[in-house]
Amino acid sequence: MTLLALSGIGKRFASTQKAGGVQALDDLSFAIQTGEFVSLLGPSGCGKSTALRLAAGLLTPDAGAVTFPHGKPEIGFVFQEPTLMPWADALTNTRLPLVLKSMPRREANARAAAALARVGLAGFERALPRELSGGMKMRVSIARALVAQPKLLLLDEPFAALDEITRNRLGDDLLRLWREDGLTVLFVTHSVSESAYLSERVLVMPPRPGRIAADIALPHSRDDRLSSVTIEAQRGINAALQAATA
Amino acid sequence: MRRVLDIVFPVALAAVILGSWEWTIFHWQVPHYVLPAPSAIARAICANFASLMASLGSTLAVTLQAFAAATLLGVATAIGFSQSRLLERTFYPYAVILQVTPVVAIAPLILIWVGFERINLALVIIATLVAFFPILAGATLGLKSADFNLLDLARLHGASRLQILWRIRLPTALPYLLSGMKTAGGLALIGAVVAEFVAGSGTATGLAWRIVESGNRLEIATLFAALALLALTGVLIFAALSLLEWALLRRWHESAISEAA
Repeated sequence: MTLLALSGIGKRFASTQKAGGVQALDDLSFAIQTGEFVSLLGPSGCGKSTALRLAAGLLTPDAGAVTFPHGKPEIGFVFQEPTLMPWADALTNTRLPLVLKSMPRREANARAAAALARVGLAGFERALPRELSGGMKMRVSIARALVAQPKLLLLDEPFAALDEITRNRLGDDLLRLWREDGLTVLFVTHSVSESAYLSERVLVMPPRPGRIAADIALPHSRDDRLSSVTIEAQRGINAALQAATA
Repeated sequence: MRRVLDIVFPVALAAVILGSWEWTIFHWQVPHYVLPAPSAIARAICANFASLMASLGSTLAVTLQAFAAATLLGVATAIGFSQSRLLERTFYPYAVILQVTPVVAIAPLILIWVGFERINLALVIIATLVAFFPILAGATLGLKSADFNLLDLARLHGASRLQILWRIRLPTALPYLLSGMKTAGGLALIGAVVAEFVAGSGTATGLAWRIVESGNRLEIATLFAALALLALTGVLIFAALSLLEWALLRRWHESAISEAA
């Protein structure tokens, strides 16, 4: 069942450097099935973040259409930076989507506390962002994305600014949450190993203007970052990326 | 220990300055109508205590009303600007013109328009005009400084303009607004003093008028007494606003968190 489809997307941005602007995306098309974990992989500036924002409805395309054949689902969004409100504690940050929907405060608090517990931050409800480490802030950001029980989770290079140990641990947590909730995940990354380990499908994007250069299915069980299956997947993705950027 | 020294050194400096001042007056027999000794100023404060306090009350009332009005108007205008670029583009140049025009120059006009029978209102309006701009500038900058991604996230979850303003833009603006308020607090006092000077005899009853009056009568010690009270008022306003800033920001904003903590 197709949850999300982008078809023939074109997007141009105004630029101070180039007259006529920059063509970020040109004839970008792909579809995501319900329950899939899909990575959008490409070099910096290839338009993958733009594609993600279009999918979320934060941008509108100049050409083509973003469609949800079975209705637009609740969406959770995680940015590259934790993007927390510095004046508000972890609980208040996490419950923001619920408060914006005018959910009663008590219920919103209970759900936010549960979401924090799911990402391993039980007991940190009253901690302010400045009192948390980078990895913990990202966990709050993920809890906030999950608190409204989304069907679709969009992540924009969420682990790019973290150290490798934290990155791996959060990756495993993300996989667990994906399995537990039956989420559909669209994961933007520029890391070949991350995409090989996490996703079921990798969409490779060449440098600007962005489109899909390769659509690689990875039918393996992800229980080991260094298993021969994962390494083999990395080789395949790498080759596709080389071909796309050449 | 550092805290103690923060107090001890300035107090010691004050003692040295006041001591040498007193000694100089005594030693060179400086006439009291040129420069009164600190002890004479203290005597003037004691002798005119009731009337000086009444004057202080009058000036302080104008200052606080003007400060409150400037804060309300400044924040309201900034919120208007944040909701409409058209509004901002249209009115901001006039706010700047208001800021760069010396208020002393338009104070006589305001006095005429408002009328001497409503002198207090006129004084408050003049002082408000002086204090308004830093609040507008601070609040405008602050409301614009919200994290774009955070705004996007709020929109993704269907936030209304009002929700975005209340939950994201206003808290973001708070440090900028408080900084503007600290500047505006001092300016409101300056505005009140300028307004009293312009209003002149018979109508104003504040400390600034006492300065003019004492000067005319060559009661220089009383003049200094009024001056000292004005300075003290300015310091207290600044201290109160710094305290407010610290209380509101100490938990989360870099500016209020001491590096040692």
